[in-house]
Amino acid sequence: MSTLETDKPTDAGAALRKVRPALRIGPVSLVWRPVLFGAVLALAALVFALFCLDIAVGETHIPLRRVLDVLGGGGTRSQRFIIIESRLPRALTAVVVGAALGLSGALMQSILHNPLAGPDVLGITTGASVGAVAVLVGSGGATTGLIATLGAPLAALTGGLLTAVVIYLLAWGRGRAGERGVTGFRLVLIGIGVNAVLLSVISWLLTRASLTDAARAQLWLTGSLNAADMARVAPAVVALALVTVVALVSARTLAALRLGEESTRVLGVRIQAQQALLIGAAVVAASVATAAVGPVGFVALAAPQIARMALRTPGEPLLASALTGAGLVAAADIISRTLLPVELPVGIVTAALGGPFLLYLLVRMNRKATLS
Amino acid sequence: MTSPAHRLAADSVSLGYGERVIVDELSLDIAPGVVTTVIGPNGCGKSTLLKSLGRLLRPREGQVVLDGKAISSMKTKDVARVIGMLPQTPVAPEGLTVADLVARGRHPHQSWLRQWSADDETEVAAALAQTGIADLAERTLDELSGGQRQRAWISMALAQGTDILLLDEPTTYLDLAHSLEVLDLVDRLHAEFGRTVVMVLHDLNLAIRYSDELVVMSAGRIVARGKPADVVTAELLAEVFGLDATVLTDPVSGRPMIVPIGTRHVHGADGYDE
Repeated sequence: MSTLETDKPTDAGAALRKVRPALRIGPVSLVWRPVLFGAVLALAALVFALFCLDIAVGETHIPLRRVLDVLGGGGTRSQRFIIIESRLPRALTAVVVGAALGLSGALMQSILHNPLAGPDVLGITTGASVGAVAVLVGSGGATTGLIATLGAPLAALTGGLLTAVVIYLLAWGRGRAGERGVTGFRLVLIGIGVNAVLLSVISWLLTRASLTDAARAQLWLTGSLNAADMARVAPAVVALALVTVVALVSARTLAALRLGEESTRVLGVRIQAQQALLIGAAVVAASVATAAVGPVGFVALAAPQIARMALRTPGEPLLASALTGAGLVAAADIISRTLLPVELPVGIVTAALGGPFLLYLLVRMNRKATLS
Repeated sequence: MTSPAHRLAADSVSLGYGERVIVDELSLDIAPGVVTTVIGPNGCGKSTLLKSLGRLLRPREGQVVLDGKAISSMKTKDVARVIGMLPQTPVAPEGLTVADLVARGRHPHQSWLRQWSADDETEVAAALAQTGIADLAERTLDELSGGQRQRAWISMALAQGTDILLLDEPTTYLDLAHSLEVLDLVDRLHAEFGRTVVMVLHDLNLAIRYSDELVVMSAGRIVARGKPADVVTAELLAEVFGLDATVLTDPVSGRPMIVPIGTRHVHGADGYDE
């Protein structure tokens, strides 16, 4: 096809170049969106600022300039010790967990065409919690040793991944297209059901635990950054990096998936394989994040929607959702340690902020449904 | 299109959803380079058949064959370069611009490194121009009227650059003027670019006007096929659609024209004797 119509006043090529300016170098070509790129950079700068602030605040305030100095490799030995050994792991955990949850939520919401989907709603976070609580309650009060430091995170990771496999298998069946596989809608419904079952398992475990064990489990269940250390956050950093790479490589496929099952098929996307890969990536991200700090509610739900509305992108943006999640958790940690009279676990702060936001989303969705 | 025309056929396919069988052992060769329209009463399986041709529905028995090969055994990306389809009710995320939607049609031609090539740009610009929506490129889909939105979706299917185009009720939600606009566009596609078009249409008179070939379905089977003038008769309408109608010659096209009789508002027994 080479003929362009001339009877239309608008030059289609010019109109197109305005909306989708191209960047082409050799065989590589992509759409260059400077405004969006700038917005993501600004968001990254904001997250870095919150990260530094999270390091700065605490029992003794450290001037931001010294934080930057030490992060850049300067500072005295004692300054380095306080910042690198005691403050940095917590702030790093906050941004890594937030980013993993934001990315996980963006992937799930995009694939399942549902702004309310996410690892919390689908039971992944709860599955991870069951694993951790089972170890905390069952370890007989071991406060030191391998079980105490790595047992709960490992059990959480296993719990999250196992839950995802169970939900996926339960949702497996013949779809409308006559193909064996998983449809998004069934996945959401089964996830909600599994989530309810797992919540009751946690309650049951807690009733059977001794008071001290139950208290420890309860603390874990609120999602706290207090126990953050490098050994715990390191696996999360690696997993987040891997999931980010998978997500970014699949961004193009995701754009097709957002057009719904039929159009995606027409465009030649292997829908079941791609869906499984991306849901798998989202599950790994959420499980690792939960394993690191316990369930931090509402970040996976809210971050992608905030990012989408702020950047006005069609569908939930991946990188921006991750950055928004990182910023949310870092901000929640700063708030809980400065503005609040008692230091609350970060999960409670994000839930307190996220709850009203969820209501806002629901009201907004409802309005749109009644308007159209 | 300079490539030799591709041939699409259904080879004794049985189709259905869940336990329900809708189409039973149907075979159909699609004539290349012309517009074929499938018509039939509600629930006769015409959309189901189109879905299987566009591999949105896997046949339980038999197969859909493209150039002698079963499409279920072909690489899905390869099929997507030959067969494009506009589903009946496509969905798009909120805030997607027309340009970005149409550009998604290039997906089967792209790769991770090659996301927006000069070819892509040319094809998308051409698709926008052909559907007359270049001036809407920056607008988001939710800002468009029903007719404009339908043209945007057709434009995306065009950008896919496929030889074969399947359109499921492309005139749904459109008023008569916009329906004609869309069908004129479809007509040009095949007249100027030699594309093979298969559509499902509800409106029989529009189907007659715009099709080279009609396929009439009833209860999951093909009961007639051929040129509109050979196929459309009062007897067929009575038998297949349960429609009491007179078939006249359309003064504009010389093709058959259906005038339904109904039960009231009739001058005489044969419906048109003024």
